[in-house]
Amino acid sequence: MANILDIRRRIRSVKNTRQITKAMQMVSAAKLRRAQERALAARPYAQMLTNVLKSLVSRAEIYDPQTGEAKHPLLLRREENNILFIVVTGDKGLAGAFNTNILKAAAKFIASKQGKNIDVIAVGRKGRDFMKRRYPYADTHATSRAGAIQIVGEQVGILNRVPFAKAREIAEQVIQLYTDQRVDSVYLVYNEFKSVIAQRLVVDEILPIEEIGASDVRMAEGMSEEDRKRAIEAAKHTGASVRAADTSEMDKKAAEFGASGSDYIYEQAPEELFGALLPKYMAVQLYRAMLESEAAEHAARMTAMDSATNNASDMIDSLTLVMNRARQAKITKEIIEIVSGAAAL
Amino acid sequence: MAETFQVEIVTPERKVVIDNATEMQIPGKGGYLGILPGHAPLITELAVGEIGYRDEKGQVKRLAVAWGFAEVLPTKVTILAEVAERAEEIDVARAQRTREAAEAALKANKPDTDAGALESEIQRASNRIAVAEKLNGQMANLVP
Repeated sequence: MANILDIRRRIRSVKNTRQITKAMQMVSAAKLRRAQERALAARPYAQMLTNVLKSLVSRAEIYDPQTGEAKHPLLLRREENNILFIVVTGDKGLAGAFNTNILKAAAKFIASKQGKNIDVIAVGRKGRDFMKRRYPYADTHATSRAGAIQIVGEQVGILNRVPFAKAREIAEQVIQLYTDQRVDSVYLVYNEFKSVIAQRLVVDEILPIEEIGASDVRMAEGMSEEDRKRAIEAAKHTGASVRAADTSEMDKKAAEFGASGSDYIYEQAPEELFGALLPKYMAVQLYRAMLESEAAEHAARMTAMDSATNNASDMIDSLTLVMNRARQAKITKEIIEIVSGAAAL
Repeated sequence: MAETFQVEIVTPERKVVIDNATEMQIPGKGGYLGILPGHAPLITELAVGEIGYRDEKGQVKRLAVAWGFAEVLPTKVTILAEVAERAEEIDVARAQRTREAAEAALKANKPDTDAGALESEIQRASNRIAVAEKLNGQMANLVP
């Protein structure tokens, strides 16, 4: 029979752990709310920019009327030999399978593009560490590649409050590589986040741009039913909302931007405007992906910590049962000893 | 009350301004544009510069912008700006530090420095300082 004192110590220790996981769960819920707010705040800009670009497509001669080929380099599709692959993960662990799932999808993608050169940009410490263990860094001054798969950039420690400037910086690097024809297509893997219960892992082809306002999802993986149940449970415990914010009003207003029926005076030629706006569009897409990934990370951590808290509670319950049994057994034994001692007299 | 139009200034991070204005001035790429209610529909790119508008109470508000995009309609002006800061929110000390650092880097002239990027950084910082300093001074360009 286990020592009562030991069990008591064990219970105390588990209780302390539960306190920590509970606190982390609450912190994650608060951070999740803030991340969601930021994602929502970014929406009008993204929507308006998309709208202007869409309306410009019809006005400017973006496509060559004879050949039907796009005039802007970011719209041109080339034969795919060199690929740029952007992996967005979290900076920290303890978020359940969040990072693992993304990296699994990334590995699957890389395996599916066998025989092609892949340049990797890792956003988030977990993804960077994963890639660093497997692939070499590119030498910026060398003309030859460090390997078929090499790391060309990393962004670590930006994921708590992503500044837009960072997204722009990455977008500039990406566009540079693309227009220099050093890469022929750009893919982005991240965890898409609509709400706590509507998330999926996507591999999105962001360059060349096929159609503005639509994403070219190449691979997607939704949440499993079990994960969703757990997420709902966690949200209930922390008071986080499971539903996505209502954006219909906001979207309707944004849709009016740059799309009124009247004929605009263009200060610049539409083609020129279009060319200036496309890079911004790229930056906005990256920004949105990072914000969503951040929200998803907090949601995943919240869910993981909720399970941990539940597990700790269960453990305390069963340990308390064992302890009470042991105590009872000890008392019974003592009584028997006393009784038999008295009987012997 | 004077005739007004709506002003909305949106950045990727938030909506900076939702207000009504009687007149407005924006830094178009080809020069500053003055806007009064009933302006013809117009779309333009913005340069680095200052947005100024007079609200319903007659107060002049200023913002520093770095790259943006404006849609002007008779009753509404919407501006998408990558960076837009109200004059009262600008951290002048930080802007000055940025400018000095960029200037120093430009002077050092190392082989891998991007002079164009540094110059535009200086321009942006100078613009922020200029806008912030005007806050307490006279209105510069807006007609009274």
